[in-house]
Amino acid sequence: MNHRYDFVYLFDVTDGNPNGDPDAGNLPRLDAETGQGLVTDVCIKRKIRNYVGLIKEEQPPFEIYIKEKAVLNQQHERAYQASKLKSESKKLPKKVEEAQKITHWMCENFYDIRAFGAVMTTEVNAGQVRGPIQFTFGRSIDPIISSEHSITRCAVTTEKEAEKQQGDNRTMGRKFTVPYGLYRMHGFVNANLAAQTGFDSNDEDLELLWSALANMFDHDRAAARGQMSPQELIVFQHESPLGNAPAHKLFSRVKIERTASNGEAGPPRSFSDYSVSVDDSDLPSGISIERKI
Amino acid sequence: MKNTSIFLRLWGDYACFTRPEMKVERVSYDVITPSAARGVLEAIYWKPQIRWCVDRIHVHAPIRFMNIRRNEVASKISVNGPKKSMKEGKGHLGLYVDEDRQQRAAIVLRHVDYVIEAHFELRDQSEHPKKHYEMFKRRVDKGQHFQQPYLGCREFSCDYEWIDPLEIAACPESLQGQKELGYMLHDIDFDDDCTPRFFRAVMNDGVIEVPPFHGNEVLS
Repeated sequence: MNHRYDFVYLFDVTDGNPNGDPDAGNLPRLDAETGQGLVTDVCIKRKIRNYVGLIKEEQPPFEIYIKEKAVLNQQHERAYQASKLKSESKKLPKKVEEAQKITHWMCENFYDIRAFGAVMTTEVNAGQVRGPIQFTFGRSIDPIISSEHSITRCAVTTEKEAEKQQGDNRTMGRKFTVPYGLYRMHGFVNANLAAQTGFDSNDEDLELLWSALANMFDHDRAAARGQMSPQELIVFQHESPLGNAPAHKLFSRVKIERTASNGEAGPPRSFSDYSVSVDDSDLPSGISIERKI
Repeated sequence: MKNTSIFLRLWGDYACFTRPEMKVERVSYDVITPSAARGVLEAIYWKPQIRWCVDRIHVHAPIRFMNIRRNEVASKISVNGPKKSMKEGKGHLGLYVDEDRQQRAAIVLRHVDYVIEAHFELRDQSEHPKKHYEMFKRRVDKGQHFQQPYLGCREFSCDYEWIDPLEIAACPESLQGQKELGYMLHDIDFDDDCTPRFFRAVMNDGVIEVPPFHGNEVLS
């Protein structure tokens, strides 16, 4: 990989909870100062891991290290590719070399370690991999409201409860949703660190990242999640691995405005209440823009 | 000001310069540490021939905190698992997040804006300082970097620009006067078995003077 990439990712949620806050009883995460909704970086990474695990069926070289049980194809005792690494003739103590070999082998086999990095603890400090992919928090364009819904279940969990209710058997539950929120996240793919972990040396990893961002919500349906969809993936490709322009200046070319039809009048309720424009006039040399969704 | 002094403005939505004494539920220092500032400079430009030294930190936004709680995994990868699998050519690796989960809160900074005043020392005296200075400046002007710089944690990436020392604005009113920030991490001494060294951070009208790393004011 010999380009730097900076990207803007837009996704929306309709009547769902994109990312619950464990500190607030699973309410949608909120920036208390502005009222904008938040989705953490690790939440998006989780979805990418799940998608890659699903598409590549958990096989090396696309295995996923940090797994969720739910998406796991339980396969017992699979053969791993034996590592055929020539140990480099450096004057390092044997232990460091071994650790590096292991780190290298892990990178080769696991997509998420190659992409996001991992910490491998050893008594020698050779087991930290910084991955090339870096995400920031996703944040909604407008302040969000979270609605609370009381729901009922026509069954109870224990006999004791049934006795208490004299056979009425009802349980109440709560559910939080965001009626609509359009979220914007920024991300970076770094060619220099990609070289260190071997990311995209198979010419597949990067495409897999883009396709994960485009398709991962389709494989992540859940009662809590409502309807989540990717709306835009705007990728700025730099010609040089170091980059050709400051990221913040590129990001400011992506403008999201409320459309005139709805105006600022009502709360946004669908993606058509927004218009996304990408200013591609006088691009710095060496920058190309691709809208992938 | 030395002739290799650089001034770099950094700003970002969030930052977390974790206090070492509060690492489980992360709590950020009030301001960027010299160590984190050095990391940002190295992310933009570094060569083994130079060493970045942070001289001053100018704080340009009021200090505000916010709380985030996230699900994290509780363990790290042990080396023995992969070793065994490599040898035997089979085995189970991977962590199951739902069985190995911990929720950790972080108290992070919001909307930070700093100017870092720093210079580099040559570790190799045959080098020409001008060369590194110009390369750094060129990179900053073009927005080039080795990797995206960040404020303490990689999810809190930051933007940067070259700033003329004459253009450095006054700090906001809430930071005027003298503020004691207590003992703060200066940096880790990698030549001395990774010993952390601390200094007493005092902010005068938004400016923190960073003592030389090996000076008497810095304790390990």
